[in-house]
Amino acid sequence: MKQPDGLKDIARRPGQPLALVAPNDQTPLPPPFDRVDEDPPIRPLSDTARSAYAVLDDTIAVNIERPTTEDAERELVEAFLSGLAKLFSVPDNWTFLQPLEMSMEHCARCQTCSEACHIFEESGGNELYRPTFRSEILRRIYFKYVKKASPLVHGDIDLNWETVARLIELAYRCNLCRRCAQTCPIGVDNALLSREIRKIASQEMGIAPRELHRDGSVLQLAAGSSTGMTPLVVKDNIEFIDEDTAERTGISIKTPWDVVGADILLIHNAGEIMSWPENPGAYATVFTTAGLSWTMSSEITAYDAINYGVWYDDIQFARVAVHHAAAARRLGVRKIVLGECGHAHKALTVIADKVLTGDLNIPRESGLVVLRDIVRSGKIAFDTSRNDFPVTLHDPCNMVRLMGLVSPQREIIDAVVPEARFREMAPHGVENYCCGGGSGFAIMSGHNFADWRHHVSGRRKFRQILEAFAEEPMTQDHPKYVCAPCSNCKGQIRDIITYYDAWEKAGIYYGGLVELVVNAMVDAKPGFIDWEWH
Amino acid sequence: MTILTYLIAYSATAVFLVAVAIRIHWWVRMPMHLRWELYPVAHEGARASYGGSYLEDSEWWTRPRRASRWGELRAMVPEILFLVALREHNRQLWTRSFPFHFGLYLVAGCTVLMAAAGLLGACLPGLMAGPLGGVMRGLIPLMGHAGLVLGLAGAIGLLQRRRQHPLRDYSAPMDFANLAFFVIAFSFALLTAWTVDRSFATVSELVGNLATFNIVPLRGSGMGAMLPCVAAILLAVLAAYIPLTHMSHFIGKYFAYHAIRWADEPNLPGGAQEQSINDLLSLPVSWSAPHIGGDGTKSWREVATEDPDR
Repeated sequence: MKQPDGLKDIARRPGQPLALVAPNDQTPLPPPFDRVDEDPPIRPLSDTARSAYAVLDDTIAVNIERPTTEDAERELVEAFLSGLAKLFSVPDNWTFLQPLEMSMEHCARCQTCSEACHIFEESGGNELYRPTFRSEILRRIYFKYVKKASPLVHGDIDLNWETVARLIELAYRCNLCRRCAQTCPIGVDNALLSREIRKIASQEMGIAPRELHRDGSVLQLAAGSSTGMTPLVVKDNIEFIDEDTAERTGISIKTPWDVVGADILLIHNAGEIMSWPENPGAYATVFTTAGLSWTMSSEITAYDAINYGVWYDDIQFARVAVHHAAAARRLGVRKIVLGECGHAHKALTVIADKVLTGDLNIPRESGLVVLRDIVRSGKIAFDTSRNDFPVTLHDPCNMVRLMGLVSPQREIIDAVVPEARFREMAPHGVENYCCGGGSGFAIMSGHNFADWRHHVSGRRKFRQILEAFAEEPMTQDHPKYVCAPCSNCKGQIRDIITYYDAWEKAGIYYGGLVELVVNAMVDAKPGFIDWEWH
Repeated sequence: MTILTYLIAYSATAVFLVAVAIRIHWWVRMPMHLRWELYPVAHEGARASYGGSYLEDSEWWTRPRRASRWGELRAMVPEILFLVALREHNRQLWTRSFPFHFGLYLVAGCTVLMAAAGLLGACLPGLMAGPLGGVMRGLIPLMGHAGLVLGLAGAIGLLQRRRQHPLRDYSAPMDFANLAFFVIAFSFALLTAWTVDRSFATVSELVGNLATFNIVPLRGSGMGAMLPCVAAILLAVLAAYIPLTHMSHFIGKYFAYHAIRWADEPNLPGGAQEQSINDLLSLPVSWSAPHIGGDGTKSWREVATEDPDR
């Protein structure tokens, strides 16, 4: 296995990858994907990319251009140190100063967290992906070069542009799922440190993956959505979705727009509108049938629940959160309800809680809770036999481990899926594993990053899915449903299924939660879930 | 020698108390941060068993908050005493870390008991002459011997574990030195107890004198008095040293749970948190990236509400 010999390798072997993951280093998947020789290979990084950008392993997420002069190298290092110092300043980083200090001060280097990390484990235990590898390098840089402390106390590390660029890349080999933090006996949070490194890069150095920044939060704030949909386009698309959904269900719906004084402002991840139109269509069907007072907003930014800043940039995060709340304020709604998007849930409900004050502090609620209440209310009749196929549930980290939303989705499944057909993954709930697409990975596919994402970060989730369905015939004529109530998780699971050809080979299909609800509605025509691979 | 011991013991106690106070003050004075809780949250009552939160409730902001302090205690006490998180997630290390920590608790408890016995003996000699005094005098050597044996075994085990991959590769020289300090101090104390102070009578006299500010020479002489003094000096210096290092996690851990992992108190409109948040949003931003352009004069509120033009 190619892996670093130690922490100091981060500054050595310029231009060379420090680690490579080969199928033979990994634990084989369960059947019918247990043939290592049939594993799709990770396509190698192109020579052009290797020579143009900082190289950490055999993929690239951030595209940090190799400096051409020594001055440029020095500037990169100095900018990083400047940003690192700002992380410890109250004015610049009150947002996360206390959790940061906790993780910088008290790590006992006991490595208890390592086995909790799906990326480290599925890489075959490659040292580069150990959750403490990047944390310890960050600590050593901070104590040696910012605090000027003795390396005898905090450990030694060399600092050059390779160190900085690789550390930033390495911050994008973590899904920020915080499973490692959950196991830490002291309370150290490696995922937080990954995010703080990302913040230095973005907030001080202007470096971030294009998909998250330029094509993500910047586009959302400028055009209205990271999908590029303008208000006109989104309304047009929803109109089409309403018509199509009504045709499929036989239930007439018309999504309300910009209704002043509605009870609920519903915000979907706009990716649903583009890639999984059945999801917003299903929400409109359920909300309409249940007689809720609701609306969507056509205001820029407010028809897309995403908030990519939560992964890399506190300022971009705050800007988007303020836009969401301001749109709700203008409509005078009683509450904002978030559709099936995990990071949007956490961003607006939990993280933005200490950003939104005064009349911007409008209550936020999970769409899963609203769905659960509708199911409980008895306003809609369900026929569970319409969902008579094996179902497993993926728990999005942002909703579950980071928000404590565990039971609503299970209560809904209990109501719409035959009891004998539901299989929990192991582990599940707050101990779940990330889908592998967390923290932005699901939308990042530059160079060969998607291969790495499927092969390493997404492999544990695929393993869990296969284990959940282990007792089922693994054929396409015996379809199985992976329920993922989160847009990014759904995208990642779609990509894994595609990568391993698991629909064709094993009949593994995926979708959201509300689709199961509409599929079981007695008043809707049967067959809302169409089992057509999209 | 005895006077030097008193001097060092008082100084070490003062350093320990001041360092702990500074550390606590430092954590308490930290600004409010954005919410970053991690479930399960122990004060969620019955929901804590599966990691649920109040966010599962319909219109949670309309319901009274019920934080179960009993739930927090039920999680914290076993965690502090038995290191349950480590036992669950790293059994190999727990077999070393648990005896180490429990040994420390016993040694600390033994010291408190010796001080209490000294104080009671000075203030209420009749009480110490009765059954309570007998129990205390019986408990002191029991806790002392057990604590030193467990602590020493744990420290040696942790040192041995730290010399192995992967801990070795992530440790600084000071991490080894810290554990070595424990091994030396506990070894010496244990050697003293086994050779010249099996009943802990001399060290009890020393601690009792310290507690009652009775600065007089110890009754014994020669090695019988010197060895307990040296052991006490080593342990006192060790106690003063701990809060100056990352081993102050015994303080930090409280804040890790109560101020971060379990800090789920919502910011309700018109609630107590709003003013603090508004103050923080008024702080200047100096982040230099072009899309922020923080020049140290614009506030968080201004930067977060402006339309980015880059």
